[in-house]
Amino acid sequence: MDATRVQAVPAGPLQATNGTPLWLLAELTYRCPLHCVYCYNPVDFALTERELDTEGWLRVLREARALGSVQCGFSGGEPMVREDLEILVAEAHRLGYYTNLLTSGVGLTEERAARLKQAGLDHIQLSFQDSTREMNDFLSHTKTFELKQRVARMIKANGWPMVMNVVLHRMNVDWIDKIIEMAVDLGAEYLELANSQYYSWAHVNRDHLLPSREQLQRAERITNEYRARLGDRIRMFFVVPDFYENRPKKCMNGWGNVFLTITPDGTALPCHTARMLPGLAFPNVRDQDLRSIWYESEGFNRFRGRSWMKEPCRSCPEQEKDLGGCRCQAYLLTGDAANADPVCDKSPHHGVVIEAVQKAQRPDAQRVTEHPLVFRGPKESRRLTEGKRVEA
Amino acid sequence: MNPPASAAPALQARPRVGAGYRLQWEPTQQSWVLLFPEGMVKLNGSAGEIMKRCDGARSVGEIVADLETTFDTQGLQADVLSFLDIARGKHWIED
Repeated sequence: MDATRVQAVPAGPLQATNGTPLWLLAELTYRCPLHCVYCYNPVDFALTERELDTEGWLRVLREARALGSVQCGFSGGEPMVREDLEILVAEAHRLGYYTNLLTSGVGLTEERAARLKQAGLDHIQLSFQDSTREMNDFLSHTKTFELKQRVARMIKANGWPMVMNVVLHRMNVDWIDKIIEMAVDLGAEYLELANSQYYSWAHVNRDHLLPSREQLQRAERITNEYRARLGDRIRMFFVVPDFYENRPKKCMNGWGNVFLTITPDGTALPCHTARMLPGLAFPNVRDQDLRSIWYESEGFNRFRGRSWMKEPCRSCPEQEKDLGGCRCQAYLLTGDAANADPVCDKSPHHGVVIEAVQKAQRPDAQRVTEHPLVFRGPKESRRLTEGKRVEA
Repeated sequence: MNPPASAAPALQARPRVGAGYRLQWEPTQQSWVLLFPEGMVKLNGSAGEIMKRCDGARSVGEIVADLETTFDTQGLQADVLSFLDIARGKHWIED
């Protein structure tokens, strides 16, 4: 053994190794007791009816593990509404996944927490639900805070690492000091302060949600002050909305490279919002095994690598760095998923991003939007997608 | 070779994989990996050999001796100790 080179390869957040789907995101259901205005579930989620049954999910877990998946996220909607959650967690654990539960904590009782621990659940990411009424609850430290305290105690009592996730936006970013203090009070070891990304419901509500530059700079400064003061006690991640960048993110670490999402009805996607892209057929695990889906399907191969690129990406020296950014953002903002992500200032469509950012600098930005805030829910979903059908 | 006096307490520690981490061999990656909330560290061969012996039962001294026997070599102590220092700093192991 070569002991002079005893060191680990730092992989950080899951990096691509050989194009295996290291990350499996199991969106067990779109059902959710909450109505978050930035929800990334598709706007037409109410048209999806038939959820995969327990057997279907167990097969997904086995097939993805055989492909090399190591991280399994149980998400939704609210995954706690699935009564077979414990069965799925137990099988995922037995198969060798690191099991993550992404929940708002609603529905997590002492009994269920004990059963999930027994099943081998490794980690709970507790997110902050945050519609306006709930935000008021939170700011006044009433109902929501009590729920979070109760859930945080359960997380601690079961020996899980305490990871909190708060989606930031125009209406809550100014309270960042209160958010950080709450996370510290709850004993969180990690706090993700992730600015909303503008897809799905957040896209509908963008003018209400996109913070001003001043708001962002202030929030980042305050976060840094807390970092300096709190040191090792809590690790904080601050994610800036990419509308304020000049280069796009390397979305999902590359299309069909690391991430595999299975939606509640069994559709396999290279990212959780890709279903919105028109003209792309994504396979369903009811019809096809995951190996052929991952390696052979048109949906997963379409934007792999760089051969699909158009100008300015095709000749761009930075193409490897960001792979042209996000396909969904390109589609939402330019109408063509093969265009450069317009966050990039080399994109001829960059003006749409500039315009949204400029609008967000107005103090009355929320009042000049075309419609009031839209809360995620089945009724609104049907209204927004009237006449549209989803094949499942 | 006798260990320097300062290394003695470190050799008596019985490290184990840190709470919230999962260490396992991954056939598809042909390596030991360390999993944690939403992340993964791929270990090289040497790091994997050390980490998989951190079971909370064996002392560092025993781990060193086992590695030297298994790989038929000598003088691994300093390297093992320095790796364990790094691993401890990253919370991959705890004593």
